[in-house]
Amino acid sequence: MRIHPRRTQALAVTLLGAATLLTLAVLVFIIVFVLNKGLPGVTWKFLTGYPEEMGRAGGIFPFVIGSILLPLLALAIALPLGVGTAVYLCEYTRETRMTRAIRFGTDCLAGIPSIIFGLFGLVFFVILLHMGWSLLSGGLTLAIMVLPTIIRTSEEALRAVPQAYREVSCSMGATRWETVHRVVLPNALPGIVTGVMLSVGRCIGETAAVMFTAGSAESGIPTSAFDSVRTLAVHFYLLATEGISSANAYATAAVLVISVLLVNMTAYWIMNAFIRRRAR
Amino acid sequence: MTSQPKTDVHLAARDFSLFFGQTQALREITLDVRRHAILGIIGPSGSGKTSFLRALNRLNDLHPDCHTEGLLTIDGADIYHPAFDPVALRKRVGMVFALPIPLPMSIYENVVYGPRLAGRQRHGALDELVESSLRSAFLWDEVKDRLHTSGMRLSGGQQQRLCLARVLAMRAEVILLDEPCSGLDPISTAKIEEALTALKARHTIVLVTNNTKQAARIADETAFFLMGELVEHGPTRQLFTVPNDPRTNDYVTGRFG
Amino acid sequence: MRPSGDKIAQYIFLAIACSAIASLLLIALFIFKEGLPFILRYGPVNFLTSSQWDPSQEQFGIYPMIVASIWITIGAMLIGAPLGVAGAVFLTEFVPRPVMRIVKPTIELLAGIPSVVYGFIGVIVLAPLIRAHLGGTGLSVLSAAVILGIMVLPTVISISVDAISAVPNSFREGALALGATRWQAVRMVVLKAARSGILASIILAMGRAVGETMAVIMVAGNTIRVPHSVLEPVRTMTAHIAMEMSAAVGLHRQALFATGVVLFIVVMILNAMAMTVMRQKARR
Repeated sequence: MRIHPRRTQALAVTLLGAATLLTLAVLVFIIVFVLNKGLPGVTWKFLTGYPEEMGRAGGIFPFVIGSILLPLLALAIALPLGVGTAVYLCEYTRETRMTRAIRFGTDCLAGIPSIIFGLFGLVFFVILLHMGWSLLSGGLTLAIMVLPTIIRTSEEALRAVPQAYREVSCSMGATRWETVHRVVLPNALPGIVTGVMLSVGRCIGETAAVMFTAGSAESGIPTSAFDSVRTLAVHFYLLATEGISSANAYATAAVLVISVLLVNMTAYWIMNAFIRRRAR
Repeated sequence: MTSQPKTDVHLAARDFSLFFGQTQALREITLDVRRHAILGIIGPSGSGKTSFLRALNRLNDLHPDCHTEGLLTIDGADIYHPAFDPVALRKRVGMVFALPIPLPMSIYENVVYGPRLAGRQRHGALDELVESSLRSAFLWDEVKDRLHTSGMRLSGGQQQRLCLARVLAMRAEVILLDEPCSGLDPISTAKIEEALTALKARHTIVLVTNNTKQAARIADETAFFLMGELVEHGPTRQLFTVPNDPRTNDYVTGRFG
Repeated sequence: MRPSGDKIAQYIFLAIACSAIASLLLIALFIFKEGLPFILRYGPVNFLTSSQWDPSQEQFGIYPMIVASIWITIGAMLIGAPLGVAGAVFLTEFVPRPVMRIVKPTIELLAGIPSVVYGFIGVIVLAPLIRAHLGGTGLSVLSAAVILGIMVLPTVISISVDAISAVPNSFREGALALGATRWQAVRMVVLKAARSGILASIILAMGRAVGETMAVIMVAGNTIRVPHSVLEPVRTMTAHIAMEMSAAVGLHRQALFATGVVLFIVVMILNAMAMTVMRQKARR
């Protein structure tokens, strides 16, 4: 008996739709669950207070600071390196063996698991360079981790700048560097900022690489780059694995999820404004 | 750059050939461009007119496989000499492209882009420069109240006049125009032609155009290019009425286009 | 003189651009420097196939961890790949463009959730469910596979949507003009054309699954043993490194780095496969 193709289509579409809905449902459930259980605990006192009893009570202020400082340091290093690489690939050369090697290196770097970054950071920054478990070790390790993201998004943003602008600038007697920093970079800025935001989101959620380089001892707010620092993600992990699903664990999770969502949403919003502006 | 006494000839080509990789775009062009006059370059598409224009400000350098033979000079100096600075050349030889390309900035910023590159920063001097350049491009009255709005918001004809003003602000000696009116309505075209006619008193102008009637209207001298070769060059009136070469005659009478 | 100023800029940017390769080489160098000598001295066959892990007796076999990683990754892909591709097809072909343009970024947004949160949900919600309905402690291969499957969904969907969207409309129109239904056009033409992109998304997702650490630590049970059923607790290579690293010294530490070497090689192979697949698409 031959099934009419329309029946097959209806069946297929239903199944596909169900799969999509299931995916969305699960993902939304996770966020709703965490926020539902955690938001009540996110009070001003929680955000600005210091931890007590190893984190079972009190606040998370030092860890919030840690989660801000670490991405900041990571991007301070990764941004110039990443944008510089993108500028080189896009503005100063055409496809050669060198550029293919650079892209290959970037793609490989992007695929390395975070635990390997943690191991590398440990053996190189913490031990070999004597930086110890510190903001510096963590920041440098995270910088290498987000470098591929910055390179990719920056290169895309640079390539999106119309070639005509470069020609015009060149025809008016600008050197390549002048064209890059007066016309191309300002125009590509939103795309670059998107990459920055995505990287920040990644740094906030990162645990394995951070634990092995920035330390996890509860040490308060770092006063120098050589102080160790605990981030929200690490703190949450430690709370969660204690087995006591305390209100603090849920609340920390809620703060984590909200920060990451906010950062990523900002990235998308900027990207959209960028595309809309270009279409005008 | 050596200084030479100012002769009547501003730019000159001597057996100048241009290659993109294996393809030869220009064949041994020999041509003098007279100072403070409009030279019109006509010819069908693919004849090398744009390539020649872009050779004059070394914009072809942006193309990776481009190389040249022969001589191209400005005031007697060889512009393809290894010691000759192309960046400095482009400050003296400005270009207006076929599609109006305002930079993604305000009208004011567009016009001062060139002077800023040259290091001129004083605000008062820049303001004067903007006004005089926009006036010479016949655009001042239309934009004087909105200098700090984006250049992209202007109409096509206005954008093209903005591009002209940009070149004028650089105090370029030579203005190259590559089919500047191709996308514009007749009124905008007329405004640009009016501006060029006024500008030739103090600038040397080379105008590539697909529109033979435009050359006939405003060019003092005209050159006819065909398939990379310079077929004929002479005073416009003569070229259009009694040309020496039969091919020129066929082109200007519209037998091929 | 001006021209050489620009040349200087070019060399500076070239130097900066080498930072990515330099970092990669550094990482490879140090991981291998710490781990490879151990593997060679201990014997790779022994290291990879022995099930005995007892640092006090200088026994370092990681076979159970390798099996665990394989089982969990395959399990995750069995869940994530079909759901992901199905979702991608649905979003690109059977849903109006504006809807897709909202849903796709939403899914990518949700992908930003930290892995520790996924792990936490696994412990709090999933493990008790499995314990109640299927037995065992709940912390098992199955829970880890489910959680990882969910985690890789955004990767598969995102890249597959890009691959399917890139198929030219003329392909679809050609099939429809021959009388095919939408679904037939998709099945017979579009999916074939997008095949390499979808495959690449799956391989990349596999790489992410193999490399995942925190979520797995929380839900897989962390017992060192070769599993015989999906309900048993296991320890993956990543969890193994993370859990024992802080207290490890000497030979023990080197063995953990050696585990890192194995992990590194596996992930690099997967990445290379994904890149080859993507390049094949570009050539066609």
